[in-house]
Amino acid sequence: MSNQFTALKTIWIKECIRFTRIWVQTLVPPAITMSLYFVIFGNLIGSRIGDMGGFNYMEFIVPGLIMMSVITNSYSNVASSFYSTKFQKSIEELLVSPVPTYIIVLGYMGGGMARGLCVGIIVTILSLFFVDIQIHNVAVIFATVLLTAAVFALGGLINAVYANSFDDISIIPTFVLTPLTYLGGVFYSITLLPDFWQGVSQFNPIIYMVNAFRYGFLGVSDVDITTAFAVIIGFISALFAVAYRLIDKGVGIRH
Amino acid sequence: MTKALEIVGLEKTYSNGVQAVKGIDLTVEKGDFFALLGANGAGKSTTIGVISSLVNKTKGTVKVFGHDIDTDLGKAKTNLGLVPQEFNFSQFETLNQILVNQAGYYGVPRAEAHKRADELLAQLGLADKKDKQARTLSGGMKRRLMIARALMHKPQLLILDEPTAGVDIELRRSMWEFLKEINQQGVTIILTTHYLEEAEMLCKNIAIIDKGQIIENTNMKSLLAKLDKETFILDLKQPTSAFSLDDYTTRVIDDHTIEVDVEKSQGLNGVFDALSASGNTVLSMRNKANRLEELFVAIVEKGREQ
Repeated sequence: MSNQFTALKTIWIKECIRFTRIWVQTLVPPAITMSLYFVIFGNLIGSRIGDMGGFNYMEFIVPGLIMMSVITNSYSNVASSFYSTKFQKSIEELLVSPVPTYIIVLGYMGGGMARGLCVGIIVTILSLFFVDIQIHNVAVIFATVLLTAAVFALGGLINAVYANSFDDISIIPTFVLTPLTYLGGVFYSITLLPDFWQGVSQFNPIIYMVNAFRYGFLGVSDVDITTAFAVIIGFISALFAVAYRLIDKGVGIRH
Repeated sequence: MTKALEIVGLEKTYSNGVQAVKGIDLTVEKGDFFALLGANGAGKSTTIGVISSLVNKTKGTVKVFGHDIDTDLGKAKTNLGLVPQEFNFSQFETLNQILVNQAGYYGVPRAEAHKRADELLAQLGLADKKDKQARTLSGGMKRRLMIARALMHKPQLLILDEPTAGVDIELRRSMWEFLKEINQQGVTIILTTHYLEEAEMLCKNIAIIDKGQIIENTNMKSLLAKLDKETFILDLKQPTSAFSLDDYTTRVIDDHTIEVDVEKSQGLNGVFDALSASGNTVLSMRNKANRLEELFVAIVEKGREQ
């Protein structure tokens, strides 16, 4: 068991070293992008929108924007890192060693969560220049951000397993992740939508993550918090099982 | 006594229908320095891929130091170190990171891994490159890095798939010395190579694989004893128009160079006697090809005719 813990720690440290080594590509872009969101949507446009959910627009969108950066970064970290190990064949270092499959999955998931958390902290610090953040429940904030990062890190891992080129790891973020995030209640409360679209929105998992996170800051949510955590944990379980099965069978990595 | 490697009835058919390995049986004794030879596409790398679990086998059993890869894969892997044919490390990591990470995958604590990395980098002449990114290394250095990496967890069986490909002569010889040394320390080594001189110099036992089957499996001495004819190239002082070697098959290469086939029963003295008698002086002599190379070609050709 101690061998397995050493292996897990090794993969995690390796992943953290990777994204900090290329910090200009991994940590700076979300800081710039989110600063622009804060300026444009928060200050310039937000001042004309007025209150939402009982808070001014800037206060309302900050938790969603932090969560948006956590989602995209935890996903892309694992997708690009794992695909690179396939591309350079350095995945063979892991495959020839006695590291159990679940440790490989946990290690990469942990790496994605670490980057998601780092970016989340950076964006939160930046947001302080634009708004006074209030905190309603710190435990909900940390639980949501870590579990959400885990969901998308696992999603990125599955994407990388199937990817055959660097283009393949940008298809899901472009065509699935970004639309779901924009429609996931980052910029608006779903109570503003007609009933039909409110119903449709219930099928978007990001709604639950953004709202649980917003609840941690503001104490308001469009969805039930218990349901939100149940959905997030359900996704983690399902995606972990899929990632485990794919890597254990050697899909895309063994002949 | 536990064998270092036992393969029984190994078969591999790829998803595209290509049958790369067609029922291989192979045993390598503990402490051996074993050569696995074969032409490109013969099935060597597939066999090695199955042993190291990079390739899923279709049929058969593989045991590494008695541990079956189907039922005891973790222990089989712990006993095995692999130096693959292609570079398969992250080009952007430093040498130290690559080695320490590899040890970590085998459960070696980080402090101990750093110590081992320093030792191996020094032994393989890479100590001054420790904190350089792998992509900055020359081809020969990258090969040595892969050897160091494979030894980080102190395996009992080391498999090297063409470790000296593209390496210059001087470096190749220093790698041979290093491999001989670790073999003497008790590490069993399996080597595939296209440099047959390398196999002849290092290995005690040998198997030749062709079209997915083992066509020869014996010790090096017995194999070389099968060589019944060698071809020599002689540089003569006098023009080749003037020589006489009636009892031998000869071919003229140029004005002062001839090729002579010498059968084991004939010996070399007769060649010199005949040339001296016809007033020729031999300036120098060399084998046309490595002895093992001649045998390898003969065995593979014979196997294909059958």
